[in-house]
Order: sequence, then structure tokens, then C-alpha cells
Amino acid sequence: MRASRVCLVILLMAALGMCAAGAVFAQSPPAAAPPVGAAPPGATPAPAPPAKIDTGDTAWVLMSSALVLLMTAPGLALFYGGMVRQKNALGTLMHSFIILALISVQWVLWGYTLAFGPDKGGIIGGLEWVGLRGVGAEPNAAYAATIPHQAFMLFQMMFAVITPALITGAFAERKKFSTFIVFVLAWATLVYDPLAHWVWGDGGWLHKLGALDFAGGTVVHISSGVSALAAVLVIGKRRGYGQQPMPPHNLPLTVMGASLLWFGWFGFNAGSALGANGLAVHAFTTTNTAAAAAALGWMLTEWSSRGKPTVLGAASGAVAGLVAITPAAGFVTPMAALIIGGLAGVLCYTACNMKTKLGYDDSLDVVGVHGIGGTWGALATGIFASKAVNEGGANGLLYGEPGQLWKQVVAVAATLVLGFVMTFVILKVLDAIMGLRITEDDEMAGLDLSQHSETAYALGGSSYGEYGMSGPGAGAFAEAMKAAQAKRPAH
Amino acid sequence: MKKIEAIIKPFKLDDVKEALTGIGVIGMTVSEVRGFGRQKGHTELYRGGEYTVDFLPKIKIEVVVPDSLVDKVSGVLAGAAKTGNIGDGKIFVHPVDTAIRIRTGERDESAL
Repeated sequence: MRASRVCLVILLMAALGMCAAGAVFAQSPPAAAPPVGAAPPGATPAPAPPAKIDTGDTAWVLMSSALVLLMTAPGLALFYGGMVRQKNALGTLMHSFIILALISVQWVLWGYTLAFGPDKGGIIGGLEWVGLRGVGAEPNAAYAATIPHQAFMLFQMMFAVITPALITGAFAERKKFSTFIVFVLAWATLVYDPLAHWVWGDGGWLHKLGALDFAGGTVVHISSGVSALAAVLVIGKRRGYGQQPMPPHNLPLTVMGASLLWFGWFGFNAGSALGANGLAVHAFTTTNTAAAAAALGWMLTEWSSRGKPTVLGAASGAVAGLVAITPAAGFVTPMAALIIGGLAGVLCYTACNMKTKLGYDDSLDVVGVHGIGGTWGALATGIFASKAVNEGGANGLLYGEPGQLWKQVVAVAATLVLGFVMTFVILKVLDAIMGLRITEDDEMAGLDLSQHSETAYALGGSSYGEYGMSGPGAGAFAEAMKAAQAKRPAH
Repeated sequence: MKKIEAIIKPFKLDDVKEALTGIGVIGMTVSEVRGFGRQKGHTELYRGGEYTVDFLPKIKIEVVVPDSLVDKVSGVLAGAAKTGNIGDGKIFVHPVDTAIRIRTGERDESAL
């Protein structure tokens, strides 16, 4: 092991050790006393809630948590996996899958407390809840008065999982796996956790400002989109980009992934109502409507401009619509969702096509879909939000409040700056310590073989895969055939 | 003996097989290949990119026959594989030195 890698592993272990020690040894803090009537992120504020657990709300939030997990694995995994070349299929799937494991651990150790813990200066949460200390069955009324605090934590965990997974699309097919792991942990801690605190944390400065983000347009989509942009600028293009064709190797997987994303997004958006109530139903409706409008929008735009409606386009369009409606789902009407989705389809299609003109290799269009789609959605929220839909929200431009749009702009700008700058810095540091890219030979061989020593498709099983290899059991097959032959009468 | 190697359009395989077995050809080897001649390829669209695929899927049939049957077999083959459109394919005839049946050891024409 190289010295730099040993140092990093030791640092990581030390950090984990300190958190665990802190969790075990420090005094437990007094229970957070939230201001009564404070609006939980996205939900309608209940009048002076006595923190009592509602079984329907809890069941729905738990189910939503599982739905959002599904969005990462296998939703996003398949969506991205199908779009890369065959030699990189497993490596790409692994990105999403292992982020699920990495962030599940990071979240319960220090991620949740940094994002949602007791506020420090509007910027970050404290470490009082490290190791989930103080996070139990009792509801936290500042966030969700009718479900156990742990349920809220779980739900938020799945958002923290999918956000870094989105970025992986930008540097697909060329990132070193070891550096990737460190990057994910660093990004989650230095970008996602603070940003989640700003927008959703009790006391976070964007939350106090009144910027609206129902389910994560800024926190999840704009942040991943702009971070992806920083990543492609630092990491550089795939070798052969622009000269060699790099078409998707398995679009059925991509469509499967997009469908799972659509399905899971009901947990993402409707679950953000944090209750089994009318608001959740409303968010469900706007989510589906926007996705549908966007799929059609993209498809029709592509059909008229390039002559054919592609399956990849329809799938991408649906995702773009889902991205755009994310910050708006619980604040806008279904008719507004039609417009938001439809325009998202057109805008994101255009953005993806501009990629070649701007000259960067955002392999799976994270910037075009999540960055642009999320920005449009956040701004659209400032235009279309209506208190008639959600009293806990606000009115947007169309309902007489141009100020709301300005708040959205501030939130978008803050996200863009944090995401871009911090990602840039993290990647530059990692490049110096560990190197970001795989070697040219490894890039030719593909991630699957070079990073994982595996092949995704040993297809033609008996005709090629098994016989071409030597290894455990290879000789045994020939022996078994001989024995079977000896028993058969000669013909 | 001669090996008759034919590159044909994939959907014509059944017609060719029926025709050949109909005149007494007992065995053949078939492989999936790609190629082009005068037939143009096609374009595929993925997100921002347009990809031109020049190589078209074809089927290659190989049959080894005694010299006396070369003309008859290639005639029947060509007739069955023909559609009249560009891309129908080509037939090549190669000389074969020896043929051996693996199971019995028979050689040359008795191996066919």
C-alpha cells in the first residue's frame, strides 16, 4: 500500500473512532426544544402539536424511505449502468450500490447530526446527535411532529444517499475506485450535510430566509448538478471522447432504471409531506403530472428536431420532469406541474445538446438534467407557488409575491457556489494525494476488469464463458463428461 | 473438394437451408458476421450524439462439397438467397485439401 493511501486510511479510522467515542462518552444533550408551530420542511404546520405518533404518517414515511432507497439501488444504478459501455457496466453499478453502504454508515455516525442537529450559526448542525444519540422513537416536533425522530432520520438518509450517487454519472467510465470512496465521504460531509442544514435544518439560514424547497431541488439536484460540472472540469474527458463512438450498451436497463426512479420518486416527493395526508396526495399528483409532461416534452422536441423519438430521450425526459417538480411538488397546482414538467423536458433536452458545443464530457448528462432541471424547478417554485395549495409554503410571482422568486434565486446561487467551489477543492486535493483517474490501459480495459476484476456479462454461458476460463472446477467438468460418456452405450 | 462460402442477408437463412438440404447437402456451418459492400449502414441517435453504423449484420454459410457439385450448389444457394436488392451478398469458392470425419477417421469425399 502506498504511503498516501495508508495515511488516508488512518485518518478515516481516526475520524470514525472519534465519532464513536464522542457518541459513547459525552454527556447526552437536553432534548431539543423546538419552537412550537415551526414549519417542518415542506409540511403544513399543525396547530400547537402535542408530539404524538400517528401510525399512518409513520407507515407512509417508512415506506417512502424504502422507495427513495429504491431510487438509488437499483433505480439510478440501472439508469446509469445501461448508458455506459459494456466494459464499465459493473463499475457504474458499483458506484451507486456502494454509496448506499457508505452513506448509510456516514449518516448514522455524523451526517445526520451535521445536517439536522441543533443549529450552529445557521451554517451547520452540531455534533450532539453523533451516533444517533438522542434520536429515538420520540418525535422531533421541529421536523415531524407525528412520526418517530428516527423515521425522519431514515427518510433523510435516503436523500443523502442518492445525491452523491447522482454525481457519479459525470465522471463515469474513468474514476479510480479508491479515490471515489474518499470523494463520496468528503463530499457528503462538506457539501451535502451543510447544504441540507441551510435549506431544511431547524435554524438553517436559507430555511429562515424562506426559500422554498419541498423535496430537494437545491439540496439534491442543483448541488449534484453543479458538483458534477466541477468534477468534469477537474477530471477531464474520457479518452477517445469525440473520436470513438461510446453509445449506451444496454438501454433496456436504462429504461428499467428510469421506471424505478419514477416509481420511487413518489416516496421522494410525496413522502416529503412527512405525513399520510392531503399534501402527500397533492405532491404525488404533481410529481406524476410533471414526469409525464416532461417525457412527452422531450420526446416531441427530439422528434421534431432530429426526426426520431428515442427511447433514451423519453426516459431522460421523465427524469428531467421529476427533477424539476422536486422543489415544487407540495407548493404548486397540478396544472402548474404540467407546465413545469413540459418546459423541463424541452429545457433539459436543449441543455444536453449544448454539451458538445461547450466541450466538456459530462458522460451521463448530470449537469443537463439535474443541474438545469433543478434550477428551473427551484425558480419555477418561486413563480408558481401558492398558499392555497400549502399554507406552510408561500405565494410565488404569479400570486403576487415577486419577492419569493428572489429568495429562490438566493438559494440557487448559494447552492451553486457551495457545490462548485467545495467540489473543486475536494477533487484538487484528492488528485494531489491519490490521483483521480484510472490509467490509460485501465480505461481501455474498462472499470469492471481494472477496478473490480470482474466481467459483467459472461454471455453465451456454455459456449464461451465457462470453457474459455481456467480456474476452480475447470478440470472437474471434463472429468464429469468423461464419466457420463463411459456410461452411455456407443452409437 | 471445394468450400463454398456465402455471405447472405440474415433473414434468408431459412430459405437457403431448405434449398440446400433439398438438393442433398447434409451439413453446413453458419456464423453471424458483419460487413458492408454497396449497401449503406444506418444512423443511431443517443442523447447528444449521432452514431453511424457502417457494418450491417450478415450470415456467413460455409459448405464443403465435392468438385462435381460446386456449380449446382452455388447456383441453388444464390437463387435462394437473392432478393434483387442491394446487399444480397456474395459467394466465394475455396479449394479444400483434406476433410476428416472426427468420429470415424474417414477422409475426403467420404467425410462429407
